[in-house]
Amino acid sequence: MEIDKTKPYPVINPLECKSCSRCVVACPKQCLSIGKKLNERGYYAAEYAGTGCVGCASCFYSCPEPNAIEIHIPQKG
Amino acid sequence: MSEKIIKTTGLYKSFPRKGGAAKTATHYCPGCGHGVLHKLIGEALHDLEIQDSAVMISPVGCSVFAYYYFDCGNIQVAHGRAPAVATGVSRATDKVVISYQGDGDLASIGLNETMQAANRGEKIAVFFVNNTVYGMTGGQMAPTTLVGEKTVTCPNGRDPMTQGYPVHMCELISTLKAPVFVERVALTDPAHIRQARTVIRKAPQNQKEGKGYTFVEVLSACPTNLKMSTVDTNKWVNEVMTKEYPLGNFRDNTAEAAEIVRAKSDFSKEALDKLFGAGKGDEKAASGEELPDVQVKIAGFGGQGVLSLGTMIAQAGLSVGRNVSWYPSYGPEQRGGTSNCSVTLATHAIGSPVIYRPDLLVAMNRPSLEKFKNDVKPGGVIVYDAIMGEVEMPAGIKGIAVPAQQLADEAGNPKGANTVMFGVIAALGVTRLPDVAFRNALANSFAKKPQLIPVNEKLLDFVRDWAKKNA
Repeated sequence: MEIDKTKPYPVINPLECKSCSRCVVACPKQCLSIGKKLNERGYYAAEYAGTGCVGCASCFYSCPEPNAIEIHIPQKG
Repeated sequence: MSEKIIKTTGLYKSFPRKGGAAKTATHYCPGCGHGVLHKLIGEALHDLEIQDSAVMISPVGCSVFAYYYFDCGNIQVAHGRAPAVATGVSRATDKVVISYQGDGDLASIGLNETMQAANRGEKIAVFFVNNTVYGMTGGQMAPTTLVGEKTVTCPNGRDPMTQGYPVHMCELISTLKAPVFVERVALTDPAHIRQARTVIRKAPQNQKEGKGYTFVEVLSACPTNLKMSTVDTNKWVNEVMTKEYPLGNFRDNTAEAAEIVRAKSDFSKEALDKLFGAGKGDEKAASGEELPDVQVKIAGFGGQGVLSLGTMIAQAGLSVGRNVSWYPSYGPEQRGGTSNCSVTLATHAIGSPVIYRPDLLVAMNRPSLEKFKNDVKPGGVIVYDAIMGEVEMPAGIKGIAVPAQQLADEAGNPKGANTVMFGVIAALGVTRLPDVAFRNALANSFAKKPQLIPVNEKLLDFVRDWAKKNA
């Protein structure tokens, strides 16, 4: 999966995800989903589709885990 | 290309206090609203640059370990006691004080202290997480459980006929005058979370500006105990819970509220001595003599001046450099109950103010005399009011019947029955205090009515003469 880093994108730390789905339903662009790979702690982590993120941070503010997700927004100039 | 990164701030990077293998994850269940709120509060502390000047009070409940996470000052307190501890920290320091409590902690066991702290307008920001259940202990009914909602302790659903109705904290607190800001928010979907974020930042902001009591109720999902998926729980909070607990602002006096500045308390010994009119005490009595302790018990009806007679004897001792203790014991009645006090006069430090074997008993009525007369030390003295009539003294004890009222009348000072007893004690010498000590005490006790000092001194002299003849 290639992420387009010229546009905003989420960085998900799969180890920290508890698979609660808050981010999945929060995303207005439906570009997050629950993956099919178990992490070390036994959860199916959320995944980014690789495109579609607009940097709204709805997923970040919906996520209860402090270290599970970051939003990166490229700055012009 | 440079990037702006939105990430968690104001919380520790990892949580080593938590123990276990997953030191970078919270202890909260998947989908729990606590984590969402932790991130929002952490961000506010970071953005307001108050992490080093903020104290977070963790409660008992799921968020008992809030101090694992918040990168600021932390105290974890007993169940429901956050308002008391927050009050103490807020009054003793200039820190931003934040309490974080759940519905069991705040609205049940801590309800009284919550209301009192709110009513005093304490400078604290309160985050009240309402998820309608006791989470940590396994989903028991909380004060905030909805009517009909099933929990492990109301398995058929909450029935108002037996369990009452949900408690509305924002509404209750809004009935008080002092709170500055009261609002209810929900951490469910992005729109609600964004709205909550603004309010959540306002609470510590108000404290940074010293503006007083700020209460934010946060409706939060507990998927585990509500036995639904995270998505369904959030939907339930939005669609069902907000009907019982409407979102919105209940009060915002932030703009008008001035900074609360309280007078500084002076707990210095000098200030307290002045306040209570006390003299000086010391490890070793100032007089330098070494004398055996003198123990005096004074007993009678409440209202007979028993306690004040005791303080006068203690003051007499103090005025000549004795160490003294004065220890009252009385019933709940203001007048008419039994009352006694124990006074110890010493040239050394006094260990306990309790007296078991007095050298001198002053009994103002018969029940007191009968109760204490057998406690008096052999060779001791009992002074009692002659109004009691015939009294049998224990062997080896000297009894002195004092017609207190009669003597006061004869001396032309009918209100001076107490001074008569005081004068007899002075004349007896049992206390080993010099005459001047008693005069000092008299002057001290009438310090606010100096016109009464000469008549009482005259009475003291009159009684001394009587005692020489009769005792």
